[in-house]
Amino acid sequence: MLSVFLEVLRRDLLLAWRNRADVLVTLSFFTIVACLFPFGVGAEPNLLRTIAPGVLWVAALLATLLSLHRVFSQDHTDGVLEQLLLSPEPPVLWVLAKVLAHWLTTAVPLVIAAPALALLFDMTQSATGVLILSLLLGTPILSLLGGVGAALTLGLRGGGMLLALLVLPLFVPILIFGAGAVDAYLSGTGANAHLMLLGGGSLAALALAPWACAAALRIAVE
Amino acid sequence: MESGQRFSLFRYAAPNVFYPLAGRLAPWFAAAAVGFTLIGLYLGFFVAPTDAVQGEVYRVIFIHVPAAWMSMFIYLIMAFWSAIGVVFNTRLSAMMTQALAPTGAMFCFVALWTGALWGRPTWGAYWVWDARLTSQLLLLFLYFGFMALTRAIEDPRRADKAGAILALVGAVNVPIIYFSVKWWNTLHQGASVSLTKAPSMATTMLMAMLVMALASWAYTIAVVLWRVRSLILERERHTDWVGEVLDAKGAQA
Amino acid sequence: MNWQSMSDFWSMGGAGFFVWGSYGVTFALIALELVVVLRRRKQVVHRLQRLRQAMKASARRKEIQE
Repeated sequence: MLSVFLEVLRRDLLLAWRNRADVLVTLSFFTIVACLFPFGVGAEPNLLRTIAPGVLWVAALLATLLSLHRVFSQDHTDGVLEQLLLSPEPPVLWVLAKVLAHWLTTAVPLVIAAPALALLFDMTQSATGVLILSLLLGTPILSLLGGVGAALTLGLRGGGMLLALLVLPLFVPILIFGAGAVDAYLSGTGANAHLMLLGGGSLAALALAPWACAAALRIAVE
Repeated sequence: MESGQRFSLFRYAAPNVFYPLAGRLAPWFAAAAVGFTLIGLYLGFFVAPTDAVQGEVYRVIFIHVPAAWMSMFIYLIMAFWSAIGVVFNTRLSAMMTQALAPTGAMFCFVALWTGALWGRPTWGAYWVWDARLTSQLLLLFLYFGFMALTRAIEDPRRADKAGAILALVGAVNVPIIYFSVKWWNTLHQGASVSLTKAPSMATTMLMAMLVMALASWAYTIAVVLWRVRSLILERERHTDWVGEVLDAKGAQA
Repeated sequence: MNWQSMSDFWSMGGAGFFVWGSYGVTFALIALELVVVLRRRKQVVHRLQRLRQAMKASARRKEIQE
C-alpha cells in the first residue's frame, strides 16, 4: 500500500524536476505580484511593513492557484489517471501523494523565497520567522483544498477561471489566519493561537480533502 | 425501480411520480407566498410602530432578515440534497440542488443589497467589513461557483456529482468562513462598526418579520418546484412518460 | 395608524430612497426570477414537443418505406 504512495510521489517529483522551469515561473509570479504593491500603494516603509504579511500571503495564494492545474491535468490527458483509478489500490493514497508532490514543488519554493521578499518590505527577522511558520502550516490546506477544486474542474473549458471562483472563497480563512499570525505577533498578543488553528486546519484538510478529491477524480474520468 | 417499493418516501424520488406532484403543489405554495407577503407587508408598514432609534428605515428588516436567513438555509438544504444524492444515488436530489441554487443566490444578493441600503442611513456607510456582511458576500461566491461549475459540465451525470461534492465541501467550509471572518473582525476593531447588538424589537415588528420569513419559504418552495419541473422534463426526455406529458400538453394547446 | 397621508407614506420619514430602494429591487428580482423560470419552462416544453414530433414523423416515414 505504501509503495503506491511512494511510487506516485517519486514519479511526480521526477516529472516536476524535468519541467523545473514551471517552478521558476511560479516563483517569478509570486515575486512580481508582491512587487506590484509598492508601486500601487507607495513605497512608504511603515505602510509597507504593515501590509507585508497580507501581501505575501495573497501572492502565495495566487501563485498556488495558478499552479493547481498541474496536479492532475497532465495525468488526465495521457491516461495515467484512468490507470490509477482502475488499479486496486485505494485512490486516497496516491491522491495524497500527488498533492504532497504539488506542495513540495510549489509551496516549499515559495516558503524559501518568502524571506527575500520580506526584506523588500522591511519586515523584521522575527516577524519573517512567524510568516514562514504560518506559510508552512497553512499552505498544505491550499494544496489539499485546491486539489479538490482541480479535480472538479478537470478537463473543462475555461477551467482556470472557474477553479479560481471555486477555491478562492474557501481560501479566505487561511488568508485570515496566515496573515493574522504575523499581525498578532507584531501587536504583542502572540501568534500561537493563529498557528495552532492553521495546523489544525491542515490536519482536518488532510483527513477530509483526499476523499473528496478521489471522488471528484472518479467522476471526472468516468 | 426495485428499491422504490420498499420505502414509500422513495417512491416520490422517482421523477415520473414527483413531476405531477410538484405541478400540483407549486400553485398552493405560490398562493401562500402571496398571502403571507400581503399580511407581512401590512403588519410591517401599518401595524408595526416607528422604531424609537432608527426611525422608519428599520422597515427594511422585513425583507433583509428573511432574505439572509433564506440564503443560508438554502445552502444547507442544497448540502442536504447533495448528501442524499451521494448516499442513495437518486437523480432527483441533484436536480433539486441545481434548482435551489439560483434562488439562494438571489436571496443572498437581496440580503447584501438591503443591508447596504439599511446601513447607509443607520451606520453611515453602505458597506462595512463586518463579519456577517463579509461572510454573506463569500456565500454569494459559493453560490456562483456552484452554478458556474454545474453549468460548465456538459454531461449531466458528471455535473450532478461534481455539484454534490462542491456543495458538501462548501457546507463544511461555511461555518469555518463565518468564524474566521468573525475572529478577523474582532482583531481589526477600528475598521468596522459592531452590528451584533440586536435592536430591541416590538412584538408586532417580530411578527411582521416572521410572516415575511414564511412568505420567503413558500416562495422558495414554489419557484424551486417550477424550476425542477423543467429540469426533470429535459433530463427525462427519452422516457415514455415525458412523451405522454408532452402529448397531453400538445392536445391542450 | 402610522401614516397621515400618501406622501407621508412614500417619504418614510425621509428614508424613502433606502426603504423603497430595498423593496423595489427585491420585488424586481423576484419578478425577474419568475419570468426566467416560466419562460424556461415554455422553451423546454416547446423544444421537446418539436423533437418528439420530428421523431414520430421519421418513424412514420420508415413504416411507409417498409
